[in-house]
Amino acid sequence: MAALVIAEHSNAALDDATAKAVTAAIQISSPVHVLVAGSNCQGAADAAAKLSGVEKILVADDARYAHCLAEPMAELILSLAANYDAILAPATANGKNILPRVAAKLDVPQISEIIEVKSPDVFRRPIYAGNAIQTVEAKGFKKIITVRISAFAPVAMNGNAAVEKIAASADPGLSRFVGENLSRSERPELTSAKIIISGGRGLQSKENFALIERIADRLGAAVGASRAAVDAGFVPNDRQVGQTGKVVAPELYIAVGISGAIQHLAGMKDSKIIVAINKDEGAPIFTIADYGLVADLFEALPEFEKALGV
Amino acid sequence: MKVLVPVKRVIDFNVAVRVKADRSGVDLANVKMSINPFDEIAVEEAIRLKEKGKVTEIIAVSIGPAGATETIRTALAMGADRGILVKHEGEIEPLAVAKILKAVATEEQAGLVILGKQAIDDDCNQTGQMLAALLGWPQGTFAAKLEIGDGEIQVTREVDGGLQTLALKLPAIVTTDLRLNEPRYASLPNIMKARKKPIAEKSAGDYGVDPAPRLKVLEVTEPQKRRSGAKVGSATELVAHLRGVGVI
Ligand SMILES: Cc1cc2nc3c(=O)[nH]c(=O)nc-3n(C[C@H](O)[C@H](O)[C@H](O)COP(=O)(O)OP(=O)(O)OC[C@H]3O[C@@H](n4cnc5c(N)ncnc54)[C@H](O)[C@@H]3O)c2cc1C
Repeated sequence: MAALVIAEHSNAALDDATAKAVTAAIQISSPVHVLVAGSNCQGAADAAAKLSGVEKILVADDARYAHCLAEPMAELILSLAANYDAILAPATANGKNILPRVAAKLDVPQISEIIEVKSPDVFRRPIYAGNAIQTVEAKGFKKIITVRISAFAPVAMNGNAAVEKIAASADPGLSRFVGENLSRSERPELTSAKIIISGGRGLQSKENFALIERIADRLGAAVGASRAAVDAGFVPNDRQVGQTGKVVAPELYIAVGISGAIQHLAGMKDSKIIVAINKDEGAPIFTIADYGLVADLFEALPEFEKALGV
Repeated sequence: MKVLVPVKRVIDFNVAVRVKADRSGVDLANVKMSINPFDEIAVEEAIRLKEKGKVTEIIAVSIGPAGATETIRTALAMGADRGILVKHEGEIEPLAVAKILKAVATEEQAGLVILGKQAIDDDCNQTGQMLAALLGWPQGTFAAKLEIGDGEIQVTREVDGGLQTLALKLPAIVTTDLRLNEPRYASLPNIMKARKKPIAEKSAGDYGVDPAPRLKVLEVTEPQKRRSGAKVGSATELVAHLRGVGVI
């Protein structure tokens, strides 16, 4: 029949996560349509039209979708569901929030965070913080899927999809946006960065994170963190990498003052090259690191920065 | 207002997981089982709301094998008032769990259900959202902060870019993130008291729910193993290596 991908976007621009979810969708059903629901989201819709392999972009531009609230978003997706045999969303905070609501209303299970499409009915997904991989078959019902974006390459942006405006559907009026506190950063997004340098409890303070940030700026890298560093208030919550934070797979992941608990490894062990800097030779992070440096980070980081040269 | 707190019995977060040789699943024989960490946070939050006088009764519900009684006792020892065990052996999917919870929430006339955002075994992150859908209630997922007001609840959520605050009409569903609170340890006297708190025993059938899974698990395998690489002598050497492989 067809697949529908729920776009992740900022109204003005399309998030890379969408292009990755489209890659998964193409392997499951065709044609592929993309739903851009937002408020003043023409920018995102125009960008979505360039997604290669996508036939049509559905645009629902209405104030009720400005903050991606689960209840009106689910209603909108449900109003379109009859036309599709698969509905996918990237496993972002939005995707994870909205899609199970859709699945339950359709009385079908959801397949969370797939990392591979083995066939249109068979998917692989991590369980137990990635310590086991489950292969599941979904046959005989509509497939509702979230896609782990670190596991799929994005489609090219050279397509030319038709753009169709659609009407907003009913807003159940159950919830209301009050405010937000988004952390602003000039650095790349964790989930799309090629290089990530992350700090843990070993950094000891918010101020010391400057040691990491300076190197990040030199490398054009994103800054990540362990849960311990976030809990201690060194960095905002959106920097957490791990089982319950962001899952990343950059070209290079540098873990500094992070012990390597399984919950942290769950979020970064698929990185291409892993570097660990830790003063404890026995830290578990070294068991998965391609390059390990046993050193005091307060000496190693300034030296690292210096070695990068001017 | 009554609060329902679902609690799941899962492998303890500190235990190293082993995949069974026949690829049928993960070996749970003789491993330490605990309350799902996110559910423990949910129980703690319910207790804090009760301490503030916003909540009158806390009901801990678990859907699982007989051993899940222990999980309910953990919640009771922390401060929940009574328990319901919906006995079920074997796999059960989030959708079936949500259907059972819907029946319980309706029967108990709960005004709020606080759930963990995900269970650390299947990592699904679905049950709360599904329950909200089935009940037709609003949902505040991944909560870092809660405040109960007049007829509504304000939930500050951990989202990809930072924090977002929503106001939900009550009754509502909340799912917990890690930083909502730090759960208390149950004191010895409270552990003793918990033994006397009532736990009702039910089955999925009592609620008219078919617990059979809809997805078929074909196999469970080990993830690709990473090997540890080389130790380097200094940060300068490290930079040289990274330049050598062209990654910086
Ligand atoms: C349900 C659940 C979910 C979780 N989800 C996540 C998650 O998503 N992400 C996550 O990261 N964690 C998560 N955790 C927490 C996880 O279990 C660990 O507690 C956490 O990752 C530890 O962070 P850390 O490595 O920074 O701190 P620690 O384990 O305390 O390690 C600090 C490290 O710094 C080193 N160090 C100290 N000083 C120096 C120095 N001067 N120079 C060099 N090295 C130094 C130490 O040797 C040590 O290895 C979760 C836990 C639970 C229960």
